Amino acid sequence: MITTDLQGILEDAAAHLYVWALMDIPQDLRDALVDASERETSVPGRRVLSTILRNVQIADDQKNLVCQDTGIAVYTCRVGEHFPLHPTRIYAALKAGTERATVEHPLRSNAVHTITRENTGPNTGYRLPIVHWEFIPEWDGLDVKCVPKGSGSENMSFLKMCIPADGVKGIKQFVLESIVGAGGKPCPPGIVGVGIGGSADYAMYLAKEAIARPIGTKNPDPHVAKLEEELYALLNETGIGPMGLGGDVTVLQCHVEHADTHMTLNPVAVNYQCWAARRASAHITVDGVVDYDREA
Amino acid sequence: MRLSPHFRRGAWHRDALEKRRTAVASPVSPLPAVVCASPFRHGAWHRVALEAMAIQKLTFPTNEEEIRKLRAGDEVLVDGHIIGIRDRTHIRIFDQGVAPPMDLGGAFLLHTAPGVKKVGPGKYEKVCIGTTTSARMVRFTDGLGAQYGVRAICGKGGLPDEAIEPMRKHGMVYFAIVGGAAALETTQIEEIEEVAWEELMPECLWKFRVKDFGPLIVGIDSHGNSLFHDVQERAKQKLEEIYARL
Repeated sequence: MITTDLQGILEDAAAHLYVWALMDIPQDLRDALVDASERETSVPGRRVLSTILRNVQIADDQKNLVCQDTGIAVYTCRVGEHFPLHPTRIYAALKAGTERATVEHPLRSNAVHTITRENTGPNTGYRLPIVHWEFIPEWDGLDVKCVPKGSGSENMSFLKMCIPADGVKGIKQFVLESIVGAGGKPCPPGIVGVGIGGSADYAMYLAKEAIARPIGTKNPDPHVAKLEEELYALLNETGIGPMGLGGDVTVLQCHVEHADTHMTLNPVAVNYQCWAARRASAHITVDGVVDYDREA
Repeated sequence: MRLSPHFRRGAWHRDALEKRRTAVASPVSPLPAVVCASPFRHGAWHRVALEAMAIQKLTFPTNEEEIRKLRAGDEVLVDGHIIGIRDRTHIRIFDQGVAPPMDLGGAFLLHTAPGVKKVGPGKYEKVCIGTTTSARMVRFTDGLGAQYGVRAICGKGGLPDEAIEPMRKHGMVYFAIVGGAAALETTQIEEIEEVAWEELMPECLWKFRVKDFGPLIVGIDSHGNSLFHDVQERAKQKLEEIYARL
């Protein structure tokens, strides 16, 4: 009987994805940054965007990290019903892969105990890395996406339990005031992730899912897709601009994820992803073949 | 600014996969040639030259007179010595009352926790050095100016309005750097010359020698002006206008 070491293959892939995400930012993001630099009209804004592009080019040329903040390791997994590795083993592989990437590269380790502030290991610790799970019926594959999340942008996360009477207007106002209040701190222009509905915790979870989506994707629900478009336009009217120095491009995109909710709830969560929106994905088949060209 | 013609993702990824396949420890691969994909249009030289003219050069440590010449919105490139500092370093100096073992007079402080490699006792080489969010450290601005004569604070994201008055009073500026642009910043740091308080790693006190460090934009000057304040004020007015039509 031939056995495939799926856990080992996944560990290898996770180690690769973590470094890949930090070194080599996604194509959709590169295109969005080039596009932003072409439409920005403010002088400091133009200087910031041209510096960003120069930085990405230097990271490419010198094989260095795009940003020094190696982030907190976040993975999203879409696990097929018939994928033969139990999530316990998937988690173990992602954790081991994160540690290997940190030690072998080496990467700065950011993980600390939340009270003692002592370093807990090579970017891992209790409940680290963080994994978002989705289980897919009648499928035997696994999609893994690594999203190293920088702290400058993660610190700019906001939650409001709007009331139903606040409606969509309340949602829009909260997103706008959050992004204006954040100013230059989360390294704009980036991706604004909004989670609406569900519960308080789930809205924030959805906001994180939203920032992990590639630029150019739309929410399949037409009501939500319309909100994405409206928010994107409104956010770019605020004039916060690149690095908060004033300008036309405040956000590259706004993504909204939603869940149905209780009739008396209207939760809104905002999670910000900086301009260096690091992300790398792999698809792993039941036979252990790793396809890096398929976006999860 | 010169981008490679395609500016495509994947160079690092393909190389890494290839290395893993061949499992040969190869030396550093040659850098790809950078080709300027300039469109055949009038004005490119002119625009670049105009932008370059506007950039000022400043060497640190410096004095109050030089700092008072700067105005919010000016663009600056920095040479000389700059000092890396972060949350825990400030806390030790001000909250725990420990005098810093480096002279901060006329200094340029950079908000950073650098990625470094230890190569000997007290000796480090740069790996990836970038800048952190400044706003967390705003409450130390007055002390840095009044007690230690610091002239410039540099970081990302700006400082809140409470920094405006101490900067005006003591003759200091805030330089806004492009957050996240660590690959570029690393090339502008020539050497890590000194490190103090290594037990706070990586939030030690660092002394870097830099060349053409920037571009930096004067976010807060020593005359009471703040770009961040102005941008926030305009945005708040804009929000009222937006809310009225939602």
